[in-house]
Amino acid sequence: MIEFTFWDIVRNLLFAARWTVLLSLAAFVGGGVVGMVVLFFRIAGNKWARRLASGYIALFQGTPLLMQLFLMFFGLPMLGLRIEPWTAAALGLTFFASAYLAEIWRGGVDALPRGQWDAGASLGLHYLQELRLIILPQAFSITRAPTVGFLVQLIKSTALTSIIGFEELVRTSNAINNATFEPFTVYGLVALIFFVMCFPLTQYARSLERRATTN
Amino acid sequence: MGYSLDFGWLADATGAIARGAATTILLIAVTTLAGTFLSILGAAGRRNGPLLLKRAIGVYVEIIRNTPFLVQLFFIFFGLPSIGVRLDPVLAAMLAMTLNMAAYTIEIVGAGLDAVPRGQTEAALALGLRPRQVFVKIVLPQALKVIFPALTSQIIIMMLESAVVSQIAVRELTYEADMLQARTFRAFETYFVVTMVYLVLSMGLRRLLVSGGRRALGAGVS
Repeated sequence: MIEFTFWDIVRNLLFAARWTVLLSLAAFVGGGVVGMVVLFFRIAGNKWARRLASGYIALFQGTPLLMQLFLMFFGLPMLGLRIEPWTAAALGLTFFASAYLAEIWRGGVDALPRGQWDAGASLGLHYLQELRLIILPQAFSITRAPTVGFLVQLIKSTALTSIIGFEELVRTSNAINNATFEPFTVYGLVALIFFVMCFPLTQYARSLERRATTN
Repeated sequence: MGYSLDFGWLADATGAIARGAATTILLIAVTTLAGTFLSILGAAGRRNGPLLLKRAIGVYVEIIRNTPFLVQLFFIFFGLPSIGVRLDPVLAAMLAMTLNMAAYTIEIVGAGLDAVPRGQTEAALALGLRPRQVFVKIVLPQALKVIFPALTSQIIIMMLESAVVSQIAVRELTYEADMLQARTFRAFETYFVVTMVYLVLSMGLRRLLVSGGRRALGAGVS
């Protein structure tokens, strides 16, 4: 039997936290890209495109993330794809994030006065140019606080990927706990590591929010 | 030939799914009541309590909001017994859910309390109501009306997050799904059906809360 000292536990947890960070980043970037596509559909002129995007968002916001991960993990192999926990986790969180980010950014687009679109059109810009040069930069800038806030939620959500077998912080802590029988210390440390990752971002989101309201 | 879907097991499984859904509903009902009550106390304490209490509530809110619910659940269920607090899974789940939800709703309720004009309190005091009556009868109903949509969203988020309490063997909807797929070997179909049940639950819960809120708090609740 291997003896774990306190520092062994800390070191192992910190190593595992790399995967939590990496997964959060992958899902945030992937979710941003897919979320942009969903956003285009959500604000499109075509009614069916808008409905499709609304349905997509409602589906992901109305079902548990854990179920989405299970469906990813058990569903993709049926399409003939070999799937590892990492792929299922990254893809599942990407789709989850895309729905939330699209909805946040749509709020930003909706908040812009109609005149912004009209002004763009009167300058002779076509639809995509209007979006790229006028609408999206402003929409992103006013939704920066909720976007950072969602990143915090995403980091916390990576904990669920432990359940489908991805070796991140929580799964490693379960293994360490089974070896050391010190759940109080182990889960306390895990909570602390998550707190250290999330708290600065929460504070940053709050300061962005304050800046937005004072302007 | 690829995989073919098979829903033949569903007829025998409806009982288990219904039982699981009932437990999920029970969990969220208890959490909603206890969490809202706790957050009203918390929000009031954070505004009018002694400095130490204000600080403590602030720390509690930050800790809960910046750590995953799953870790909080494990800490309560696996960690607390080592300092002598042993809870059965259902109680641990209810406690974790309530503590988690309250941390979010304390801020929501607080924003609602701030939105009630100061003159309302002054007018009520001038009419001779005692401070507690002013809070319960004048300020709180107006605050709840303002925050009702945000509160509704938070309750639904909590209901969806309750799926993870299956990990400490609470026999709710996700736990039943795990059991079913282990028996039928139809993992994708099982989780698909259960996901749809969750979708129906969250849509139904939203409708219920909005119409119930309208009845209890009067018109103007969206």
